[in-house]
Amino acid sequence: MKILVCISHVPDTTSKINFTDGNTKFDTNGVQYVINPNDEFGLTRAMWFKEKQGASVDVVNVGGPETEPTLRKALAIGADSAIRVNTEAKDGFAVAKELAKVVTDGGYDLVIAGRESIDYNGGMVPGMLSELVGANFVTNCISLEVDGTNAKAVREIDGGKETVNTSLPLVIGGQKGLVEESDLRIPNMRGIMMARKKPLNVVEPIGANAETAANSFEKPAPKGAVKLVDADNIDELINLLHNEAKVI
Amino acid sequence: MSVLVYTESENGKLKKAALECVSYAKAIANDMGTSVTAIAINANDIETLGNYGADKVLNVKDDALNPFNAKKYAGVIEQAAKKEDSKVVVVSSSADSKYLAPLLAVGLEAGYVSNVVEKPSSLSPFTVKRTAFTNKAFANTEISTDVKLVGLSNNSFGLVESGGSASIEDFSPSISESGVTVESVDKAAGKVTIADAEVVVSGGRGLKGPENWGLVEDLAEVLGAATACSKPVSDLGWRSHSEHVGQTGKPVATNLYIAIGISGAIQHLAGISASKVKVVINTDPEAPFFKAADYGIVGDAFEVVPVLTEKLKAFKAQNA
Repeated sequence: MKILVCISHVPDTTSKINFTDGNTKFDTNGVQYVINPNDEFGLTRAMWFKEKQGASVDVVNVGGPETEPTLRKALAIGADSAIRVNTEAKDGFAVAKELAKVVTDGGYDLVIAGRESIDYNGGMVPGMLSELVGANFVTNCISLEVDGTNAKAVREIDGGKETVNTSLPLVIGGQKGLVEESDLRIPNMRGIMMARKKPLNVVEPIGANAETAANSFEKPAPKGAVKLVDADNIDELINLLHNEAKVI
Repeated sequence: MSVLVYTESENGKLKKAALECVSYAKAIANDMGTSVTAIAINANDIETLGNYGADKVLNVKDDALNPFNAKKYAGVIEQAAKKEDSKVVVVSSSADSKYLAPLLAVGLEAGYVSNVVEKPSSLSPFTVKRTAFTNKAFANTEISTDVKLVGLSNNSFGLVESGGSASIEDFSPSISESGVTVESVDKAAGKVTIADAEVVVSGGRGLKGPENWGLVEDLAEVLGAATACSKPVSDLGWRSHSEHVGQTGKPVATNLYIAIGISGAIQHLAGISASKVKVVINTDPEAPFFKAADYGIVGDAFEVVPVLTEKLKAFKAQNA
């Protein structure tokens, strides 16, 4: 089985979010980048398939040279090779089109992406990719087993979960549950050394058009100070929630 | 040219998010000078859609569309959009709608923007405001394609009753094949989900162990609320992952969010920041959550929460 894991290069979850150039660009100053957490669960599940079922695992990112350390980290975790599509990730559709080319050229059976990235949260790349390459698609995936060309997946739904049967070729939108937090791997020194020698292939983009553009950004309005209520005066809290906030 | 809105239902009953999406579609249609067409799949109470602004309902009843299947549903909505020649299509932010929307976007060659929180600030260029960086910011996003697909964030626009009525038209689209079939659905009946809840009661490590979750559940029951938890609680296995709210868990955009024994890590606060009113109960007055909350009680959850639950019970009985 040939597996491709899509890796988004995103600001660490603790990052402060600021904008520059008249609020038109994300301020990367002082921001640490990581593998998108939803993608990391998928990558770790892919490593399980590699070790238990003899799969090959490649990782891919659509982005500039600055994303390469994130791909190297994925190699250090255990992926066999990396592909970087050398273009700015303009919007979900453009990224999906670039990825579709990689998937078709590489003949991948299983593509695992995160259900969404934690920067733009669009949640659209895996689904669009599945349509573009004509593969089956399961998102919010919290469990995945593959037997030959058959796959069984569990999808988180509002208020529960759903077990589905499907088959390869398949695109997964993964999240926590594919593996547990405690299964995530911190690259060790040997992994990091080996990652330096693994192939990281830079491919030129097909030049897919974006359909959407984030023209400007805003931060939420600053919040007023918290109103503290004495622990012995719960009636006051109920009064505030009823008469002031009007939520009960 | 009407604005098309997919009105999601469950067990034949329209969801609140469906009515919100119709209210939203009506506001766009008014600005565009056009009408609203709703598409309902295996829903029974569709007469009510007129009250929220639908002029017409395309009524699809087909056992092949039960249970939900993203590919088939996307195909049905695509046919409806083409039949109506709709240039704007609205869906909600439920798990199912977010599943089908990217497939629909490709089918309609529509630019898709999810997590939208306001009606378009401009129709030409078509520009909507959406959340980004897990609610730490908003992005004003332009859609440049002929057909636009808008995913409305739950609880962001609200319900607007217009008192109208809709004509109902039976619609029998062709149903596409899907390579995904549902084997089983595991869903607690009658339990309020985080996605649909007006109120969420959430517990953190301050509750000391899963055996103390009765506190959270009792309070949630009085309020008709969904229960949730912080990331450490789900990582420790005290509660299921499906309850984890925050940046890598579920986002919460509810009217009232009550956090008990949650210190307020930046990732947690990001995930719940779209909630309108936040209440924190924590023993530590320095907990970061107090900076993000509207109301706070510095106190021991084990003493405060049972009293709050009892007093709310009395309040609810009085105001019922």
